[in-house]
Amino acid sequence: MTPRFAPGVRLHHDTARQRWVVMAPERMFVPDETALEVLRLVDGARDVAAIVDALAAAFAAPREEIDADVRAMLDDLVARGALAG
Amino acid sequence: MKAPLALLAELTHRCPLRCPYCSNPVELTRASAELTTEEWARVFMEAAALGCLQVHLSGGEPTARRDIVAITAAARDAGLYTNLITAGVLLDAVLMARLVAAGLDHVQLSVQDAEPAGAERIGGMKGAQARKEAAARMVREAGLPLTLNAVVHRQNLHNLPLLIDTALEWGAARLEVAHVQYYGWALANRDALLPTRAQLDDATRIVTAAREAHRGRLVIDYVVPDYHAARPKACMGGWGNNFLAVSPAGRVLPCHAAESIAGMVFPNVRETSLREAWEESEAFNRFRGTGWMPAPCRGCAHAERDWGGCRCQAFALLGDAAATDPACALSPHHAMLADAVAEAGAADFRYRAFG
Repeated sequence: MTPRFAPGVRLHHDTARQRWVVMAPERMFVPDETALEVLRLVDGARDVAAIVDALAAAFAAPREEIDADVRAMLDDLVARGALAG
Repeated sequence: MKAPLALLAELTHRCPLRCPYCSNPVELTRASAELTTEEWARVFMEAAALGCLQVHLSGGEPTARRDIVAITAAARDAGLYTNLITAGVLLDAVLMARLVAAGLDHVQLSVQDAEPAGAERIGGMKGAQARKEAAARMVREAGLPLTLNAVVHRQNLHNLPLLIDTALEWGAARLEVAHVQYYGWALANRDALLPTRAQLDDATRIVTAAREAHRGRLVIDYVVPDYHAARPKACMGGWGNNFLAVSPAGRVLPCHAAESIAGMVFPNVRETSLREAWEESEAFNRFRGTGWMPAPCRGCAHAERDWGGCRCQAFALLGDAAATDPACALSPHHAMLADAVAEAGAADFRYRAFG
């Protein structure tokens, strides 16, 4: 699976409040730190494995330990309408 | 003081439709008084700097402006999430493509009824429904998300199930079922538009069932009419709390209907910055927070939940914008809403028009 943002959804830096927000049609939400790290790697080119690799490298974490968590996070973001599967 | 999250940009009052519940003021602004492209671009930059994250490009009909593409691009350049609120009847494939290239994020398309005859009678424009359906297709083909906005009332609530079908057939991911709110044009047409209690209860049941039936496919937002309520709506989430509007002529408003309150003077973007208007103007501070509240709002446990309801409604119905909204059961004037419901039942509309 190669995650990408759902139509009309994008990550936006809210400079006035010093935070990142997910902007979507007629709604917005503030992702937690973990979700934000995942969302920043979603570019429509990286597949799930590549996203896991990037996070494993960035946080010096064993790949096999974070793999399930990242997949669960992606599923959750799809369920919330932020990402298209 | 919080920073605003959203800006409603009312680009023009011009519109090919004549809906009798139009949210524009009864005194419509003519094209010659409208802000220029450059003025709107400055408003968007100032709104983003102030903390706004999204802009609703609205009207009237925003695509009636010849510079709608440049305006959309300016909103995106300012970093705002851009939502076009349109009747759809002026959209064509060329304009759609140019709006997408300009960075438009989302389209909200209005529909007046599910059946063309009813829709075109309510909207006051022949041939509108087919154009709207075509507009919905263009939005979807352009890859943009589509919200359908259905304003509902006494004369179209019987078609609510068909309106939900229409949203699905036209490819909308969201549907707003918005009961008419009674200001301006809608107040003038209240006898023709107010639903009965039975109509409201049916509608609520239908929306609840449809949400369940179409979960994952269609999100339904539901706005109820406050004439049948015991608690007033938290109008705009509080006056000057997280929302501001700019009128076609540049007036900065806490809500799009605020100009209906006689005697209030609103700042204009031609004379002041958006930040000054938001933070320092007398108009924005007049009903901000809870300090202005009289009894029974003062000290009420709901004061910071409903903010005393709607200032425009208090003014329209009681002649006093600082009174408790009569939609609240604690208002000594609450019974007047039930009286209005009992008296409703007119058939004919007074259509929106330039005076």
